[in-house]
Amino acid sequence: MSVMKKIMIFGAASAIASETAKCFAKEGADLFLVDLNLDRLNTVKNDILVTGGKANIEVMAFDATNFEGHNDLINSAIEKMGGLDALLIAHGTLPSQEKLNQNPKDIVREFNINGLSVISLASFAANYFEEKKSGCIAAISSVAGDRGRQSNYIYGSAKGSISIFMSGLRNRLSKSGVNVLTIKPGFVNTPMTVDMPKNLLYASPQKVGELIFKAMKSGKDIAYTPGFWRLVMFIIRHIPEGIFKKLSL
Amino acid sequence: MNLDSYSSWGRYPKIKPKDAKRVFWINEFPNLEEIEGNILPYGLGKSYGDSCLNENGTLIDLSGLNKFISFNEETGLLRCEAGVTLATILDYFVPRGWFLSVTPGTKFITVGGAIGNDVHGKNHHKMGTFGCHVTQFELLRSNGTRTICSPEQNSELFSATIGGLGLTGIITWAEFYLKPCPSAFFAMESVKFGSVKEFFEINEASDKDYDYSVSWVDCSAGGNNLGRGLYTRGNHASPKDYNLPPLPKPGLIPFPFDAPFINNLSVIAFCMLYYNKQFTKKEASIVHYNPFFYPLDAVDGWNKAYGKNGFLQYQFVVPFGNDEYTVNTILREVVKSGMSSFLTVLKTFGNIKSPGMLSFPRPGITLATDFRFDGEKTLKELAKLDEIVKFAGGILYPAKDARMSGKDFFDFYPEANEFVKYIDPKFSSSFWRRVNSN
Repeated sequence: MSVMKKIMIFGAASAIASETAKCFAKEGADLFLVDLNLDRLNTVKNDILVTGGKANIEVMAFDATNFEGHNDLINSAIEKMGGLDALLIAHGTLPSQEKLNQNPKDIVREFNINGLSVISLASFAANYFEEKKSGCIAAISSVAGDRGRQSNYIYGSAKGSISIFMSGLRNRLSKSGVNVLTIKPGFVNTPMTVDMPKNLLYASPQKVGELIFKAMKSGKDIAYTPGFWRLVMFIIRHIPEGIFKKLSL
Repeated sequence: MNLDSYSSWGRYPKIKPKDAKRVFWINEFPNLEEIEGNILPYGLGKSYGDSCLNENGTLIDLSGLNKFISFNEETGLLRCEAGVTLATILDYFVPRGWFLSVTPGTKFITVGGAIGNDVHGKNHHKMGTFGCHVTQFELLRSNGTRTICSPEQNSELFSATIGGLGLTGIITWAEFYLKPCPSAFFAMESVKFGSVKEFFEINEASDKDYDYSVSWVDCSAGGNNLGRGLYTRGNHASPKDYNLPPLPKPGLIPFPFDAPFINNLSVIAFCMLYYNKQFTKKEASIVHYNPFFYPLDAVDGWNKAYGKNGFLQYQFVVPFGNDEYTVNTILREVVKSGMSSFLTVLKTFGNIKSPGMLSFPRPGITLATDFRFDGEKTLKELAKLDEIVKFAGGILYPAKDARMSGKDFFDFYPEANEFVKYIDPKFSSSFWRRVNSN
């Protein structure tokens, strides 16, 4: 268990990440919360303060696809909090595959949000943590990134790029004592999935948020949240391609 | 969007909205005026009948509006969004020494719903209704205005909205007092009574010394056993006075499937076992707040036990006076009808007045009981009970209702004629259309 007192979170107003933020705040950590919308961030900040965080909470409205601003933003968080122990990158969108099939020009934007912006942010932070020789970089990938399926393979391939990037980063930073955590949530009942019919596989954002908190504290490499998805995806990954391509998934 | 999930707790009547809109951010509501047809706020659908339903209209689902806004550690004043559940409040605040001032028999309701139905609990005789502890809330009307309502500011709208069945607008956030509690546990006593008369004797002796009281009545027993039951009373348990057990592990058992487990036989068996599980006249124990307040919450979706036709709950209050006679007459009628009811609850209301215009609780005795829906037969039996209640000057509870007549509703609640002035023109519910059409 490592001590994490200064945490920066991207996508902090999301249902999952705001729950993780609550867990850290309850332990007395300072938070630097980033999301698109300042009003939402302030709502989340108040919620965290009421539920038991006595911590200092900074909020910042920022669009993660503003790549030029990545380095400055991370540096200003480090400056504001007097250092950084962990970075959680949790922002993302769930685009409709069907709409992307019709308008392929939107693919660049979705890939920037769900893939490249994460890779860029983690890379800037990596240089800081590598020098510090401790800390944790966590990013939310997805079970959808484990294998391409016709229903959401643009989202899946962007998430998959995160998984592969994080694997490489982990390899690079392991000798520096920096923990690199890939988080792979399954279905979660959040605003992102509001239009989808729910079934027993859906988990609550509270549960997933807490599992991410625990995974970050314990120094895990890859965390499926909840854990049963590890088995589900093991099976899905091992279906021979000849059969898999014929399935309607 | 799956509209099937927007049912009421009794799963009767079976009606569907044409649309539902989920709201996740307090400042990002859809434009209500642009929605076609009627709208109604919806929380967790724990109202039993049709007051939370809007057939062919639109429901505004507020369960995603679940953030806390502020809390005063000195006074216990909590402000939160309307979709925060009582369960969440207990999770965060009991460990810090605060409890809900008033809670009904389920914690899986939203704050907005608690106000809209002005819910009551086992401590009505000491604390009144939920609405008695509300200091202010924000009301969003269909024209987009947001109004702060409190006893001082827009007091008529405040009063109309408490117990106003969601018809006056959408509560976006509310502020109310929690009360200090010494632990998560209650010192509870369970006393057997053999008749309604004995219930009243025990009740009179208990009211002063016990903050919480409620009774279960054996609705399967007639003859000499008519009106027998168990009287439960309790107080918050302080670690100074009691050895408190360790905190129980959380967890819900889901009810597996729709099945009419509740029938005459199972009810008689259950009641017999339940009444006789206690050998002695009086038993004392220390229990966690979950079994004390929310025994049924332990089984997620217990309403399915009534089968897919659903069930009706019947709750009335009759003023003190000929209350004993009335309760006995009703119980006799229920036993005679053979309607199965495994949960019948008896409790006296105190005289703390709620600010709510259409608030149900008033001084007297209240009885609540469940009946499986068996078509016309059930409705006819309940109409008989109506006559007994009306004869005694009693009234019924809209949050539990799916069948009272419009005439009865306006007779029970003459304030409703004043209330209509505060209804938002865009808002309506299946309940409201029903009581205004027959």
